[in-house]
Amino acid sequence: MIDRIASFGRSGADLIISLGRAGRFLAGVLSGVPRPATGFPLLMKQLYSVGVLSLAIIVVSGLFIGMVLGLQGYTILSDFGSEAAIGQMIALTLVRELGPVVTALLFAGRAGSALTAEIGLMKATEQLSSMEMMGVDPLRRVIAPRLWAGFIAMPVLAIIFSMVGIWGGMLVGVEWLGVFEGSYWGNMQASVDFWDDVVNGVIKSVVFGFVCAWIAVYQGYDCVPTSAGISSATTKTVVYSSLAVLGLDFVLTAVMFGNF
Amino acid sequence: MTQRTTDITVGLFMLAGLAALLFLALQVSGLSPKSAQSTYTIYADFNDTGGITPRGRVSMAGVTVGSIDSITLNKETFQARVAMSIHGDVDNIPADSAAVIRTSGLLGEQYIDISIGGEMDSLKPGDTFYSTQSAMNIERLISNFASGK
Repeated sequence: MIDRIASFGRSGADLIISLGRAGRFLAGVLSGVPRPATGFPLLMKQLYSVGVLSLAIIVVSGLFIGMVLGLQGYTILSDFGSEAAIGQMIALTLVRELGPVVTALLFAGRAGSALTAEIGLMKATEQLSSMEMMGVDPLRRVIAPRLWAGFIAMPVLAIIFSMVGIWGGMLVGVEWLGVFEGSYWGNMQASVDFWDDVVNGVIKSVVFGFVCAWIAVYQGYDCVPTSAGISSATTKTVVYSSLAVLGLDFVLTAVMFGNF
Repeated sequence: MTQRTTDITVGLFMLAGLAALLFLALQVSGLSPKSAQSTYTIYADFNDTGGITPRGRVSMAGVTVGSIDSITLNKETFQARVAMSIHGDVDNIPADSAAVIRTSGLLGEQYIDISIGGEMDSLKPGDTFYSTQSAMNIERLISNFASGK
């Protein structure tokens, strides 16, 4: 019994310690002054692997989610004879919620896990400590470009996701099911506000990108340097990122759209 | 892959993101550069504003001519005071026009329709509508009908 209480307390203390370490880690990464000459090519390389290579999965998922929204929305709305409202339904759902959230979930699975595994393996093969031996700060050389790349790439991916989704919804709604194209775009433009809807969606994706990239690089940097440790760190990245994204999404939605 | 190719692909990626943002701004949210045109504010006092909300539509003969700015309670008359900004180029609304709250369709959103009067003078910035007609309340209609009023 005493043991159980002790282990409960220890896990609580561990949680707080790891949160503190993650915060200290973040401060260490961000406080390094970026050197444009060396930092920029590193950032480009990471933007390529985190952003450009994620584009395929983002575009395909966005297309299909938009098409499903169009199909489902049409079935539900046609019961009320208001299938012309399908445009605003698809646009608002994608721009406000599904765009940022689904992109962040895919991003955590596609790019976050890769970041964790890469950094974890660098740690396991002692590349990070040999960098320190050579006087190169691994936080600045390895971690910072990856964190910034995630932070920059995520909003871009989310915007592309929303756009492709809206186009996919138009393919199904207008081309296939025969909703009038003018009312598809017209209803959409009447109900979507650039600052309230589009910009708030982009802000959401910026927050998600930051959180996902932070979790991914921290888990990689902090993992137990064994093969089992890397695998559990990769799992933790995906699980924690998904939970953080969904939880934060509720908070952000309540703050942005909850003022009735 | 050389640094140059990486730079070019990442550049294209960022361009695609910008283009998508532009698409969302222009095609999806209908943001147009002329939305920053000059407006002036006029007021209307309603007994019941029903379901109108700030950012709602103000129209004239079905054409949108402005939007609702704010809805506040006038504590002396216990009426709702609605401030609406009207596009600057619509500057000849007759002074005896009425502001009417209407519903688009059976269950659609509510908006303010300006029903035109005949006076030669027109409403100036800061003026208040002389007459208003409050939101139609279906429940009140039904209860009036049921009690035979």
